[in-house]
Amino acid sequence: MNIAVLVKWVPEPQGTPVLGEDHLLVRQGADGALDPGDEYGLERALQLVERDGGEVVVVSMGPEIAVAAVQRGLAMGANRGLLVTDEVLRGADTLVTARVLAAAIRSVGTVDLVVAAVESTDGYTGTLPITVAELLGLPSVTFATSLDVEGTELRAERQTAAGTEVVACPTPALVTVTTGVAEPRYPSLKGVMAAKSKPVDRPSMADLGLTDDVIRSTQTVVAVEAAPEKAGGRVVEAGPDTAGEIADLLTEARVI
Amino acid sequence: MWIWADVADDDGVASSALELLTKARTLGDDVSAVALGPGATGAATALGEHGAMRVYASDDEALTEPTSRVAAHTLAALVREHAPGVMLFPSSYRARDVAGRLQAITGATLMANAVDLLSPDRARAEILGGTTIVEVALEGPAPHLVMMRPRSFEPEAVGGAAEVVRVEVVEPEGATAARVLEQTDAAASGPSLDGAKVVLAGGRGLGGPEGFRLLEELAGAIGGTAIGASRAAVDAGWVPYAMQIGQTGATVKPEVYLAAGVSGALQHAVGMKGSRRIVAITKDSEAPILRLADLGVVGDLFQVLPALTAEVRRRTGR
Repeated sequence: MNIAVLVKWVPEPQGTPVLGEDHLLVRQGADGALDPGDEYGLERALQLVERDGGEVVVVSMGPEIAVAAVQRGLAMGANRGLLVTDEVLRGADTLVTARVLAAAIRSVGTVDLVVAAVESTDGYTGTLPITVAELLGLPSVTFATSLDVEGTELRAERQTAAGTEVVACPTPALVTVTTGVAEPRYPSLKGVMAAKSKPVDRPSMADLGLTDDVIRSTQTVVAVEAAPEKAGGRVVEAGPDTAGEIADLLTEARVI
Repeated sequence: MWIWADVADDDGVASSALELLTKARTLGDDVSAVALGPGATGAATALGEHGAMRVYASDDEALTEPTSRVAAHTLAALVREHAPGVMLFPSSYRARDVAGRLQAITGATLMANAVDLLSPDRARAEILGGTTIVEVALEGPAPHLVMMRPRSFEPEAVGGAAEVVRVEVVEPEGATAARVLEQTDAAASGPSLDGAKVVLAGGRGLGGPEGFRLLEELAGAIGGTAIGASRAAVDAGWVPYAMQIGQTGATVKPEVYLAAGVSGALQHAVGMKGSRRIVAITKDSEAPILRLADLGVVGDLFQVLPALTAEVRRRTGR
């Protein structure tokens, strides 16, 4: 079984990213890393391949620096990587990104399963993987909290608005997973060393058969403003008066 | 202008649809809703009362298959036939799946996390966890697809009745191969997160499912209080998903929001920062939630919460 895992390099995964003067996220020089949300699906993919055979390919689109995210995936145990980098993709919207990733997945050969996080930590649109699924003509199971594959069928428990459901779906298919799906391993030193010699494919737009007209973004940020800040908040150390202070606030709000 | 209405055969129409209709009406009179799945026809009354002139509806069970392919292809056929300029979606699971697929089929732009629509080609969206608002110009083929954050608008009934237009279901090849084997409803007990005046939210700092007992006791003392959770607590399996607040959960705007052991990651902040008053109790003096709080308390929640419960009981006599 071959699994493609979509991964993303994000700036400042633990902090707040910033916008540059061109209204795009500052990526160069940022303290970036593999999106922590991507490690859960990657871990589950590695477990499935370790059990049943096959290979895991980490697939990403991003700036040159995003190779660090792919390397991290390889260090965790993925067999190979693919990173699409091109200046024309800077500021790409979700449709362009989905088209690039769909073409990238097609280029890695036969894939039984595509795994992605439900949403990225920085952009959190939560629609990209499903657009990729439709472009590839694949069925999809989104918001999976567990994932298993038996033969040519996957089973996943997924969150829904009403509760949970268990879904069976033939492969090939795309699955988006929450952080509940597996506990990611920490890359070993051996894994980090081995990652350096694993292949990372770097296809160009032409290699992927992508022409200028399909990679033109349809969204342009024309103005940026800070959301209104909370005024007058205060922070205190817990002490003997704390309960009284919070109760005062509840009284003021007329909820007690 | 079109809007997507989430429907269910038992709960009727989602309030998000009524919010979207209210917004759509401010930009034009010709507003239609699309409702696909069991309960769609029944939803037409409420949709009409909130300003939909037309409801494209089908109650066909096939539309609820879990991959959303049937719904997306059915909607794509409708869109091709009637050529709306804009289509508004809520930020629900199902709407994400349908809109994501529709984008691939039509090649139209899809704007997520929108909080306002200024015109058919101009939207405002919250990014970076709601810390920044951007105005975005939308281009490309119609309809522009815009997914609105929950509770961006207050629903307003205007009276009126919608014409119901029957929809032909489109099934792409192999689209019904996925099937639901089991379904579990995990409705939270007590007042719903949506309408509660007070929301207490627990996070990883509660240490485990038993930590939520402290919140239940406080909720009992205050009354009319709903309990929610951060994604970390839900992902850890401590409480059901129905309690999750944040980007991938509920958005709440209560009179008082009290977070215990919640760090306030961007993911969480977008679901609660519209609350009238925010109290945060955390042992981490660097936790981002303290920046959102009217009253931030740095300390041991296992001491603060019981003391607060006792103080509230003393004042209310409960």
